[in-house]
This record gives sequence, C-alpha cells and structure tokens, in this order.
Amino acid sequence: MTRFIDLTLNGVSTGAVYAAVALALVMIWRATRIVNFAQGGMLMITTFVASDVIGSTGSYWLGFFVALACGLVLGALVERLLVRRVEGGPPLNAVIVALGLLILLEAVAGMIWGNTPRSFPPAFSIRGYEVGGTRLLFAPNDTFTVLVVLGVAVALWLLFRFTDLGLRMRASALAPEVARLLGVRVGRMLTLGWALAALVGSLAGVLVAPSVFVGPSQFDPVLIFGFTAAVLGGLDSPPGAVVGGVVLGLVLSYVSGYEGASLVTLAALVVLVAVLMVRPGGLFSTKRERRV
Amino acid sequence: MSAQEPAGREPAGREPAAPRPAGASSPPARRRRLPRSTLARSLGLALAGALALFVASELLGSYQDLQLASGTYYFIVLAGLTMLTGLSGQISLGHGALMAVGAYTVALLVGNEHWALVPALAAATAVGAAVGVAVGAAASRLRGPYLAGATLALAIGLPALAEKYAGTFGGANGLVIDPPAVPAGLGASFPLERWEAWIAGAGALVVVFVLNNLARSGVGRSLRAVRDDEIAASLCGLHVGGVQTLAFVVSAACAGLGGGMLAVVLQLAAPGAFQLGLSLSLLTAIVLGGLGSQLGAIWGAAVLVLLPTWTEHLAHSFSLSQQVSANLPLAIYGAVLIGAMLVWPSGIQGALRRICALVRRSLFDSKELASPKTSG
Amino acid sequence: MRATRLRAACGGCALVMAALAVAGCGSSGGGASAPGVTATSITFGTHQPLTGPAAPGYSEIAPASQAYFDYVNAHGGVYGRKIHLIIKNDEYNPTNTVSVVHELVLKDDVFGIFEGLGTPTHTKVVGFLNSSKVPDMFVASGCPCWDKGAEQPYTFGWQPNYTIEGKVLGQYLKQHFAGKKVGVFYQDDDFGNGGLAGIRDELPASQIVSTQSYQPGTTNVAPEISAIKSSGAEVLVDFTVPIYTALGQLTSYTLGYKPQLVVSNVGIDPTTVGGLLKTYSKGKAGTELIEGAITDGYIPASSDTSNPWIALFRKVKDEYDKGAPFDGNVEYGMATAYTLVQALELAGKELTREKLVDVVEEKGHELTGPGLVPFRYSKSEHGGYAGVEMGQVRGGKIVLFGGPMVTEPTAGSPITPYTGTQPSPPSGGVPSP
Repeated sequence: MTRFIDLTLNGVSTGAVYAAVALALVMIWRATRIVNFAQGGMLMITTFVASDVIGSTGSYWLGFFVALACGLVLGALVERLLVRRVEGGPPLNAVIVALGLLILLEAVAGMIWGNTPRSFPPAFSIRGYEVGGTRLLFAPNDTFTVLVVLGVAVALWLLFRFTDLGLRMRASALAPEVARLLGVRVGRMLTLGWALAALVGSLAGVLVAPSVFVGPSQFDPVLIFGFTAAVLGGLDSPPGAVVGGVVLGLVLSYVSGYEGASLVTLAALVVLVAVLMVRPGGLFSTKRERRV
Repeated sequence: MSAQEPAGREPAGREPAAPRPAGASSPPARRRRLPRSTLARSLGLALAGALALFVASELLGSYQDLQLASGTYYFIVLAGLTMLTGLSGQISLGHGALMAVGAYTVALLVGNEHWALVPALAAATAVGAAVGVAVGAAASRLRGPYLAGATLALAIGLPALAEKYAGTFGGANGLVIDPPAVPAGLGASFPLERWEAWIAGAGALVVVFVLNNLARSGVGRSLRAVRDDEIAASLCGLHVGGVQTLAFVVSAACAGLGGGMLAVVLQLAAPGAFQLGLSLSLLTAIVLGGLGSQLGAIWGAAVLVLLPTWTEHLAHSFSLSQQVSANLPLAIYGAVLIGAMLVWPSGIQGALRRICALVRRSLFDSKELASPKTSG
Repeated sequence: MRATRLRAACGGCALVMAALAVAGCGSSGGGASAPGVTATSITFGTHQPLTGPAAPGYSEIAPASQAYFDYVNAHGGVYGRKIHLIIKNDEYNPTNTVSVVHELVLKDDVFGIFEGLGTPTHTKVVGFLNSSKVPDMFVASGCPCWDKGAEQPYTFGWQPNYTIEGKVLGQYLKQHFAGKKVGVFYQDDDFGNGGLAGIRDELPASQIVSTQSYQPGTTNVAPEISAIKSSGAEVLVDFTVPIYTALGQLTSYTLGYKPQLVVSNVGIDPTTVGGLLKTYSKGKAGTELIEGAITDGYIPASSDTSNPWIALFRKVKDEYDKGAPFDGNVEYGMATAYTLVQALELAGKELTREKLVDVVEEKGHELTGPGLVPFRYSKSEHGGYAGVEMGQVRGGKIVLFGGPMVTEPTAGSPITPYTGTQPSPPSGGVPSP
C-alpha cells in the first residue's frame, strides 16, 4: 500500500511539471496555432541563467524571478523575430523553425555553460513528509510545485475569462482581422501570449531543475512528456493541459513502479493512442463546426 | 473556455500549403496519353538516376561511397515521407520508428535466419507496410498536432520494445550482422562500400519508379483531393480514412525498406540509432528539401548526410575551445534550419524552381510562358 | 514536356555535381603499409559522445588523453614522432559511430583507433576495424566483448570489465554483509547487466531481494528506488553512471532511506556526484549523501593528492587541459593515454600496425603504470586490467583499502589478492622503452 501511495504522489509531482510545460504549449497553440517545440530549449536557457544568478548571489528567490523575467523577454523576442515571419506560411515551416531553434538553443547552452549538468537548489526541503513512521515520496518542495502550477493555471483562467486583456488576447487568436477592426493591437497580443507562455515554461524549468539537473539535454524528456500531456488533454484546453499532465505523470509512475522502466515510453504511447482513438482532439476537446 | 474554429483556420498540417510536385500541370492535349507517358517518364527518371548513381559510385572513394549509400537509404525514407506529408497532408514524427522496424527485420532475418539479401529487404518492406496499416488506421482519425503527438509517441515508444525484449532484439546493444557479400563476379578488390551503394541505389530506383507513378495516378489525385478538402473529397465518393491509411502504408513501406537498407549498409540495428532525433531530422529534411517532390527528397537526403560533415569540418577549422567546437556543428545546423525556413519557405526545390523559372523566362520567348506562375 | 525534361536534366546534373563535390571534399584512401605514421607523427582517431545525453563526464576523457599526448610531444614524442588524436563526435549514436570511424580509417588515414567509447557504439565498428586490420586500442568500455583475442585480434580492452568488478564487489558483500538483504539498482545495458551478473555469481539468490533497472535518458528513477526500499534491502548496489547515482540518492534522501551504498567505480567519482548533489539541502555538502559508500578502483583515487601519479596528471592537466576539472574522467583519459604511449615505445622505431598489436599481446601483461593491478593481455586475452581494489568514500574522497584483487571474468573463477606494488612514475613523466 505504501508503494501505491508513493507512486501516486510521485506521479502527481512529476505530472505537475508536465502540466506546466503543457500549459505553455497550449497557450502558444491557442495564440498562434504553432506547436512550440523550442519550449524545452527556452526553459533550459532561463534555468541556466537562474542557476548562474543563484550561484553568484546566493539567493534562490532572486534567481527564481530572474528566470521568469528572462522567460518573458525570451518569449517576446522569439515571437517578434522568428514567429512573425513564419506565421502566415505553411504550418510545417513553423514546426521546422521551432525545431531549429531548439537545436540552436541546446548547442548555444553547451557552448556557454558546457555539457556537464549542474545541481539546482530546490525552493524548499526535499525531505519527504513523515507519516506514521515512514517517509512519503512527497516533500514540501513537491507541495510547492503542485500549488504553484495549480495557481498558475487558475491565474491564466482568470486572466482569459474575466479580464479585458484576456478577451483581447482571445480575440487576436481566433479572429485577428475582426479584432484589428475593433481596435485590438493584434501583434502586441500575440507577443504577450508568447511571453506569458514562455514565463510558464520557465516556471516549469525552475520547478523541475532540482530533480533533473541543469544541462543542455537534461530537459528533453520533460518537453516530450509535456507535449504528450498537452496533446492528451487537448491543445485548445488549459484545464486539459493540467489534467493531461497529471494523468500522464500517474500512468508513467505506475508503469515504472510495477512493470519496470523499459516500458515507460511504450506506456505513454499506449495511453495517448487510446485516448486519441476515443477523442481525436484530446480529452477536453469540443466538437467543431465546419462551414463547407 | 471552449473555442470554435472559424472556417479557414485549420489545424496544422491540413492546410493546402504544400507546393505542387514537379510536373503536375500538364497541357490539356496530353491528358489522353498521360498513363503511358507517366510510365515512360518514370522509367526515364529511374534510368537517369541509375546512370548518375553508377557514375558517382565509380568516381568516389570508399568513404564517399558509404556516404552515397547512406544518402540513398535516407532518400528512400524521405521519398515516402514527403509523399505522406506533401501529397497526403499528414504530418508524421514517427518515421524513425518505422525505419527501426525495417532494420530489425533485416537484422533478424539475415543474422539469425540467414536469409538472402533481396528476400530480407522485401520482408522489411512488407513488415513496414503491415505496421503502416495499424499506424495509418489510427492516424486517419487524427489531424494536425494530434497526429504529430501520436507519431512522436510512436517514435519514442516503439524502439523501447527492443530494450524490453532484449533476448530477441539484443537490448541496448542491438544486433550486428555480417557485411553483404560482394558477388565474386565483380572481382576480389571491389570495395564493399561501393557494393552497398549499388544495393541502396537499386532500392531507391524501385522507389522512385513506384512513387512517381503513384503520384501521377488516380491514387495520387485521391491523396491530393483528401488533403485539400476532406469534405469535398468524401462527397465525391472517396473514402477519406482509406485513402489516408493507404498513404501511410506506402510511406511506412518506404521507411521499412530504408531502415532495412540502413541495416545492410551499416550492419547494425540498435535502439540508439532510432531515437526521436532521427524522426525529427527526417521531417526537417523533407521540408528543407522541398515538400512533396522527389527531387526535394534528394536534396533533403543530401543535407542529412553532408551537412553534419561540413559543419564538423567548419567547426574544427577554427581553433576553438573543446566546449565550443563540439557544439558548434549543431548550432550551425539549427541556424541553417531557421534561416532556410525564413528565406526559402518552399525549401531548396522551391528555390531551384524559382531560379529555373527565371532562367527560362530570360532564355525563351515570354509569349510561350503565358501559363500560370508556378506556386513555388 | 520541355519543362519536365529541363527539370530532370537539372536534377540529374545536380546529383552528379553533388557527388563530385563530396568527392572533392576529401582525399582518396591511402595505400601506405603503415598509414597514419610518418617520420614525425602518429595519428590516432577516436569516437566520443561530445554532445547529447551521454556527454556528461565522458566528454572530458578524450581531451584529457590529448592533453597527455601534448605533454609527451612537448618532451620529444615517441622516437621523435608526435602523437595526434583526432576526436570525432558520435553523440552515442551507433549510426554516427559507423560513419565517423569509416571516415577516420578511410579518409583521415589514421594509424589506429584509440579509446573508442561506449558498448552500443563500438560494437558496431569492431567487425570493420578487425577486417580492415586497424588497431583498436583500449576501448573505453568495460564490456567483456572486447576480450576475444582469437576472433578480434586487433581489439583491446583497458578497464577491468564489469563482470570482474561485479565479482569482487560481490565477494566483499558476501564476506562483510552476509545475511543482509541486497537490492541492486542498475543501468539497463551491458554495464548494469554485466555488473549484476558478477554480483549474482557471488551472492546466493535469496540474498538479492530486489533488482531495478533504469533506462539511460530517463529523469525519474523515484519509482525504482521506492521499490527497492519497499523490499527492505539494507544494502543498495548501484551499477549506475554519476547522474543516476545522484538521482538515486536524492530519492533515497526524500524517502529517508539509508542503506549501505555500494557503487561501481564508473558512477562514484565524488567530484562529479558531489557536484550534482551540491545544492540538495542548504548548508550540506553534496558528498554527504554518498559518504561511506563502498566502491572500488583500479587506478589511484583522483582526490589522492599524495599519490605521485595524481600529481603528474594534475600537472599535465593544468598545462594542457586547463578548462577541465580534475576528476575521475580526466584521470581515466590520461592513464589510458599513458598505456598507449608505453605500447608505442615497446613497439619500437619501425612502427607498423601488426607490430603494435603483437607487442601488446606479448608484453602487455608486464606493463606497469598508474594501474594498481596488472593487465590481462595475451594472444587469447585482450581484456585489460585484471581486477580492482576495494574503496570507500571517507570525508568526501575515495580511500582504497584491502589491497588489489584479481580474477578472471568466468563464472566460478577464484578471486586472489595481487601483491605487486604500483611503481612511481618515470622521472620525466614519459615512459621510456
């Protein structure tokens, strides 16, 4: 029984990170209809910057907020300089640009910081909670991770649902021409969308870094499973991203714990295909109309 | 927080954005003779390719022959993939796994069962096609990024089977097979690498012939119809799911054959050779080369094989620190991908077509070229 | 039709031009009897994972070897010849390994391959190297598969193979932890499986209560460690590379699980593991989580500053490999390079590929250097070091104890102490013939 509880808790804490990456991907998809494969590279760079800041100043929270700020800036830059140019063209081109950016970022990180992974401090203790004499596979830092991701998801929901800014951003994504006619600065909204998404991505990077170490290729599995979670939940649905992340985290944890590590990627494939066969648009997809 | 898709904002991969393949617009008068001239054209292309490959393999040294063989098996896979993505509009991030299927088939048949080369390669194609049926049937229900996600999961999940059933598949080390025996008739000193290039070339020519015919046939037109407008196509009586599955089967067969060729040329089948990076490289290669055309697949294969070598040489020609020179080739590759997409959105083939059009316009009478501008 | 013919012609021409361009890029293969050797130079090639998930740690090895070669070259070289090492990146992908090794042999005309790294990678080029009669010296991998003098006469291992290490560790466990439950956490490849086989050779099956493997490339090993803890194992044996030793220890810390740790020499380097654990808890040193871990070694511990070999290698690193930390990987690279230089000296001034291979087979087992144990080199055995010495992490550094032990990698063969002593380094730091 302890084993099951431990695996569930591990699934939730790893799933929260996948959910954060999935949220970032969903936001960019909703804003610009692009799957941002470079998200893994972007959050890796911001985490490296945070690591340097923490190393030189000794303050975790300064590094934390510097990472978020870098994420904002990096997302805005990428949208302005690269995404603008490929938005109107064939969608595959945007995919290739994103992949190229991912490769470029990983190589540049290797050149600047080297290929040796480094340690990253957790925000809070990683000593598991003690319950009835045994320690659980869940620590204060994991509580922080889960709460932060939930908080971000709620904050984004509030932003999009109840604020003017959120309305403008949604309008820019769905009907840019009409929005322009109504006075919305569409370009700025798209940049803001990317910047916020990159901020969420940086958050994921800082949260997961203590348990994957910081290195150019260390965040690749997080990106892959984050993308899988986003597709699982439905690329148009932020709650889908969160649910998808947690579901994926749980499934992978159970499979790894009960069946063995060699089946983990196969389990991800099976779960994803099973869900998509029943709901081709992901768990939280809605029916779409098409005018013929 | 639901959103309704306005008309015209299709998910990625389903927009009719791919440039039409080379030679698709024929003058009306030839339509009656199209089947025969297609066959002749395909045969002509195949023979021209055979001659070019033969000449190239004779001129090149052993290592370049190996690169030629590598480029050729990549071409086989890319030709199928560009047909899938360009003609049929389905994006696949999982063709590396399908190559793995073909490679392991050949490695098991040749290594354990001692089959001859041609039957083993045919089996690899067949097994690839069989897997393609399953994958294609599932894929036909999915669109755009959901198809991308599912095929990406295939790319990371399928090679895991090799590690799980390590007894049969050799686990992390994979399988090693003996090099293909050079026929005695060619002489004792005939380089193995050139023979491998010939084997790969023969497979490539078959693929060129088949796919060229396919693209210009009724099947090809069905593929394009489904890609451009599913509802209109199904109203015309096309079975959308069946057509899409067929496209997947053909491209999976190509991937299986290409993977089998990889096993023959490199004499290996190992999970480390079929990681996600391979699938992503295949996709970038077809877009870089020019989506939807076989010439584009040739350029893509050339980029896949030559670019790493050139960037390595470039990186080592400066005396940089170890850290920088080890990562510089990848940085250049990433920058090239981004730059190429910004400057040549239609890929190399699109750019060449534009150059050819410019040349034609300046060489020939402008009246003859009143036909519509190419979409390149 | 004209347009299509033009296109087909363009395509065909372009293909031939591309092929010629590729041809123009490199030289044709050399036909000299001793390629890669001139009056003033010897050129070796190697394939290494310089980037990618396998790069951490391993990417330091070849530059360290190169640093030692630079040192030797600065002191006159080997019979007046400077040693050059061409390092090529294969990203731990066997496809690339085949490609770069073919390039090294066919285009760069190297004299031999040195320190090819990795089992899944190097096993794909062993056939080619042996059939092309290219010396394949001192493969950087502990797989027993290099130890086939009859079938692979040109290939030589260097480090003690994983089965030998597993056996010596297993014997130590049998003697000092009899009756205690043992759990094994291992990498799912020849390294982990080989070590596990060695452990199973020594310990009774009932004592091993849990074996959990991980796939290299994963980042979550908590389920596996949790499973081992649930089994009640009091001893945790790690056949892991440093990243996974560290990840395993992080999970153990979370779970409050403190078994006796036993770690392979591959995954225990305190500089590397301690660096990865540096910030796990405010105010605590990273090496605290591996304090007291049992391990083994076959060359002096990289932190043993009193050892003259370490002093020599540190000096070489400070001068020729400044950017690198001095850790187990750097020491490995230099020690292997030392053995190659010894072999080249023994082969004599008239250097051919055959002579190098023959001299290692005949005289390799007499070579002494930084190693604590002798080599297993003969006509039939091409294995490398014959054993290891037990060690423990004390005060954040590895301290070796108990004396070196040697054995054969076959099941059931005895483990015997080795009484020879490690010599001092030669006075100039360069071995003499």
